[in-house]
Amino acid sequence: MLEQTVTIVANERDTDSYFRLVLSAPQIAPLIQPGQFAHVRILPLKDALLRRPFSIFQVMGDTFSILYKTVGKGTDALSRMRADQELSVIAPLGHGFTVPQLGGEIPLLVAGGYGMAAMFLLAQRSPQKGIVFVGGRRRVDILCEKEFAALGWEVRVATEDGSHGEKGLVTQPLLAELRTPHSALRTRKLFACGPTPMLKVVGKIAEDFRVPAELSMDEHMCCGVGVCLTCVIPVKTDGGWEYQRTCTEGPVFDSRQIVWEATK
Amino acid sequence: MNLSVQIGKLKMQNPVTVASGTFGYGEEYSRLIDLNQLGAITVKGIRLNPVRGNPTPRTAEVASGMLNAIGLQGPGVDGFIQKYWPFLRELKVPTIINIWGTTVEEYAEVARRFDALGGVGALELNVSCPNIKEGGAQFGTDLKLLAQVVAACRKVTTLPLITKMSPNVVSIAPFAKAAEDSGSDALAITNSYPAMAIDIETRKPRLANVTGGLTGSAIKPIAIKLVWDAAQAVKIPIVGMGGIQNPDDAIEFLMAGATAVAVGTANFYEPQTPLQVIAGIREFMRRKKIRDVREIIGSVQTGK
Repeated sequence: MLEQTVTIVANERDTDSYFRLVLSAPQIAPLIQPGQFAHVRILPLKDALLRRPFSIFQVMGDTFSILYKTVGKGTDALSRMRADQELSVIAPLGHGFTVPQLGGEIPLLVAGGYGMAAMFLLAQRSPQKGIVFVGGRRRVDILCEKEFAALGWEVRVATEDGSHGEKGLVTQPLLAELRTPHSALRTRKLFACGPTPMLKVVGKIAEDFRVPAELSMDEHMCCGVGVCLTCVIPVKTDGGWEYQRTCTEGPVFDSRQIVWEATK
Repeated sequence: MNLSVQIGKLKMQNPVTVASGTFGYGEEYSRLIDLNQLGAITVKGIRLNPVRGNPTPRTAEVASGMLNAIGLQGPGVDGFIQKYWPFLRELKVPTIINIWGTTVEEYAEVARRFDALGGVGALELNVSCPNIKEGGAQFGTDLKLLAQVVAACRKVTTLPLITKMSPNVVSIAPFAKAAEDSGSDALAITNSYPAMAIDIETRKPRLANVTGGLTGSAIKPIAIKLVWDAAQAVKIPIVGMGGIQNPDDAIEFLMAGATAVAVGTANFYEPQTPLQVIAGIREFMRRKKIRDVREIIGSVQTGK
């Protein structure tokens, strides 16, 4: 974890309201593990002071990038920033995904919307290739499909309006795959990032099919480093459950540890 | 140039600490800042037993500040001593432990436990948290209960006691006086202000707890006045806090009558703030040719 002022290399529209931000961060980039995030202070934003957390999308040489959607004041201001401007970044943060081993479990990645951004590094660093299931509302919400395919991963798409891939939710093609008979010698493992309702369903599917699942939880965050206790979720303990921090114990949790009944 | 100040028996190398609840238990920030540069570290509120805390959402950003209703999630006295004290004990900088309870007896028991621990810098009595049903502000807004809590803790410890005052009173002077008369060595002013925000799309409060406490620069001028009011009423030192973002804010608190200051919400977005404040106070003193920081304390010229 480092706090640094970094320079924007590029900040360009990907599709629709999605942007790709590339930051020059020679000291941070080599430290990044799949599933970790960066906590970004958008310096021109004067009346909204808190940092914004973003999953780290790609790492290339001395740079890392973020794939974000404009959803409010912070991301709007960020989308207006240009190359050579500066941002303050605390990164890399959080406990990320377990990278699959060659010959180990077959990874099935499940992404909803910009949840896809958190999965790229995992797919890239995993010597064991698998399948990526990606869902979104419309065609424009399906991000970086080609980049996953270029890594040699099979990509299966579902859109709610049917404009691309299968019509419906991302869990449909996932269920179809899990129901397909396959070698009993190769177990499968789910890795997911997306909206909480999707993660809850993925957790249930993992339980039903008795496969392990690692879920990257997207919670409202404040400090990002474990002190403010904003981003907590209920997690099983020996005697019951306790609130644990998405920024520190997470964002990636073993789905069996999450106490869904206690979430809102 | 002297930056050191004293809060009761507690010696601080400079007048800058951090506000309870904005700095965890110190260790979390140790990779981002040199903790040994601080005047003191104030940890998150601890009661006797572990506390689960409130449901989420627990915080909400608002104009020039934020709301929080964390609900004092914490490890309890034993959990704190086991998990966090070994790290804090080794620091050169003193630790101020923020304590609370739901009864006068519990406050005293927690105070007794930390007195017995040894090596603690001071105890901050949290009688002003707005986000819990029992305890907290209930004690800070009732003169009799406030006096009882302070007196009960005073009986069981010789550690410096800093009473963290509620801003939610008509006049702070009698409360400040009651804490002083009951044996408090200092006052911390102030805690967050009861507040609320609504998401107009969903018609739901932005906090699961419905209401919370407002902090950040939005409350700074109100906190400055409270410090000034209290400083007129008591002789004991005051630790001023509420929206300090930069050295100028801290100096304002000192001029209003605070002997030390705490950086709070600013830690959440800029962990370097406390160190920037220390550097800035030093720079101000150099520029104004002030040799001792104590010359700044209460130096506001009101013409009265």
